[in-house]
Amino acid sequence: MHTNIREWSLLASAVVLLASPCVCRAQITEYQQHQWLGMESHIGNLTGHARAAEMDYRRYCVGCHGELGDGNGENAPWVDPKPRDFELAIFKCRSTPTGTLPTDEDLFNTLARGLDRSNMPQWSTFTKQMRADLVAWVKHFSPRWQTEKPGTPIQIPPEPEVTADRVKAGQAVFQKVECWKCHGVTGKADGPSAATLTDDQNRPLSAYNFTEGARPKCGDTDQDLYRIFMTGMDGTPMPSFADNIQPDEAWDLVFYLRTLEPQKNKEKEIAKQLGLKPVAPSAAPAPAPQQ
Amino acid sequence: MTSARKRLAGGLLLASIFFFCSVNDAHAIPAFARKYGLRCSACHEAWPMLNSFGQKFKDNGYQLMNDRDAPIWQNPSYWPATFRITPNWHRERTDKVTVDTGPAGPTGVFPQTQQQIISQGFDLSGLDFHTGGTLEKNISFYVLPSSNAAGQFHFETVMGRLDNLFGSPWLNLKLGKFELDNLVSEKRILTLTNISSVYQTYHFVPVGDSNVFGRIGDNQLGVEWMGHSMNDRTRLSAALLSSNGGQVGLPSSNAYSGFFAASQAFDAGKLGVQRIGFYAMVGKAPTYFLTTNGAPIVTPFGNSAGQGNKSFSREGFVGLFYLDKLDFLVVTQHGSDNAFFGTSTAANMPLPTGARAPSWNGYLVETHYVYSPQLIFLQRSEWERMSQQACPIGSCAGSPSLAPMASNLGNIDMYTFGYRYYPIMTSRAGFAWHNEYSWVRQQGTAPDGSALTNSSLLLGFDFDF
Repeated sequence: MHTNIREWSLLASAVVLLASPCVCRAQITEYQQHQWLGMESHIGNLTGHARAAEMDYRRYCVGCHGELGDGNGENAPWVDPKPRDFELAIFKCRSTPTGTLPTDEDLFNTLARGLDRSNMPQWSTFTKQMRADLVAWVKHFSPRWQTEKPGTPIQIPPEPEVTADRVKAGQAVFQKVECWKCHGVTGKADGPSAATLTDDQNRPLSAYNFTEGARPKCGDTDQDLYRIFMTGMDGTPMPSFADNIQPDEAWDLVFYLRTLEPQKNKEKEIAKQLGLKPVAPSAAPAPAPQQ
Repeated sequence: MTSARKRLAGGLLLASIFFFCSVNDAHAIPAFARKYGLRCSACHEAWPMLNSFGQKFKDNGYQLMNDRDAPIWQNPSYWPATFRITPNWHRERTDKVTVDTGPAGPTGVFPQTQQQIISQGFDLSGLDFHTGGTLEKNISFYVLPSSNAAGQFHFETVMGRLDNLFGSPWLNLKLGKFELDNLVSEKRILTLTNISSVYQTYHFVPVGDSNVFGRIGDNQLGVEWMGHSMNDRTRLSAALLSSNGGQVGLPSSNAYSGFFAASQAFDAGKLGVQRIGFYAMVGKAPTYFLTTNGAPIVTPFGNSAGQGNKSFSREGFVGLFYLDKLDFLVVTQHGSDNAFFGTSTAANMPLPTGARAPSWNGYLVETHYVYSPQLIFLQRSEWERMSQQACPIGSCAGSPSLAPMASNLGNIDMYTFGYRYYPIMTSRAGFAWHNEYSWVRQQGTAPDGSALTNSSLLLGFDFDF
């Protein structure tokens, strides 16, 4: 009898030991379900479902972004810049005003585009449905998506023709809003504030170096650059200039920034013809020419 | 408690101990995962088989294209190295083997019988020592010294690649010894038994055929152009190869062969990315070698005395079909060798009367059920069918070495199934508990001319570091 009880105890403890990981997983799943697993995303005609992305998130994303989406995956200590904390729902690349949530399409595009000069790859091999599902999954980590609506995307006026006046005016804007303080007078990310830059969690950050020829994080078209000025990159020192500059000035700035890039382009040719010199940090802001 | 219950309790306890021991993080560092901080599962459907993201990474020259690919961005101590080996227990069975039953008689002939042979025990696989990555942005390399289980090494892969020339993903040039652009990659095969560790379809040659140069599963020496769309949906490649079967030192001749592959992938929504493609290998290779005093000629700068080049071809379709967690790899192949190869006849000798070019068709279907990135169930079925024998019955009369061939001589049926469980899934190490059973039958190759059947069972730890 005594032996029988001992053997049954052995069997029971083995079963409990084997079943315990399942219970732990069940708890995680319950937690995650509690965290709005019914979240959806809407991109054009596509509807993404958070539940459908769980496997893909575990396969592709969890190593950096972590089980809870808090950016504390096993690789986070070795990744620079640090992975995004989805619980905060603060995103750099948005079409929406600073401080607001991005649209689903913003997140969808970021997944395919990746973030250059970071460990976030271009997941462009995914199907659109996979990306839509992952967007819903990313959203399910933060309570902000339960209580807030995404911001209204900013309007981008049609791109004007590049002219010498516009390139010069862009340089004036570059000086006026003090881009050079971080990006440097020649765009080499060596401005006086560059060494002090940190993100919103006080982690060191570098400014974008226009002269390297690398793709800007949030896209490399003229529209993408325009959008970055007007929305800012939340969570970084790059502010939104929507309240400081007019749409025309933003386009001028886009044209001027193209002159800092290493690639040959029309703006660079114009700057060469104009004999444009780098801005002088101490000089008063030059008046913008009349448009 | 009955003895059965005792065994159950003990077994469960052992299983739980194994489980808890195995879920600990390992501290091994596979080369690319360590460089980019991505888990194995990001690039591998199940390590080592690539998924579409991993294929794109490879096609980009082992680059994520995030402007951090050049080694200058890595810690100076970073060394892109990984080794892989598989300690295992396996059991091999061959159903018909000629066995001596006593000493040789006065005529020197041994009394013999035919019997089944089974061998089993603990063993090792060979060792693969991978180094690969980028030498600079858009210049990549791969070097793979590989050994057999006894530690004898050879170069399995040695190649340099110029990637994205002129900024275009359509212009990539590779030179060296490399795997052909097979979408269903034998070098990333998930099956490990002695029977299933190669694709029969990639290595099949008819019985009596001497062509060893058309095995598209073997790495080959040559130069390859490869191009792909930005998202890798469209892929094209063409390679010019020495017809040396991947052997260094110019052992064969000055003959060349070509390998061509094209594929297109489609976005099938929730099902995943589907891909279909075509491949072909065509070429010429020697049928005999010049000799001096009956010995092969070795020139001061290499042995290149192969002569009598004759043609061969392999072509077929490939499909990668995904149905959520279930996927199917499908390969078909039509193969044909010149009649000189088919009858093992040197091209400076007359062909046996009635000899023809042998041809055959091969079919491969591999299925995976990916329960999770850490557990995959798999099966593969392969069928090789001769459509034309080099010496069908009634031909090749008088040939000393060739017997008339039955229409099904050499036909192969192969089946394998198993699972791989990855108790850890990190960016630092790969480890799999591998269980698999394989079975193969080839018509007419037993000592008595009947079908020969082999089976193989393998249980092992497959890991890389």
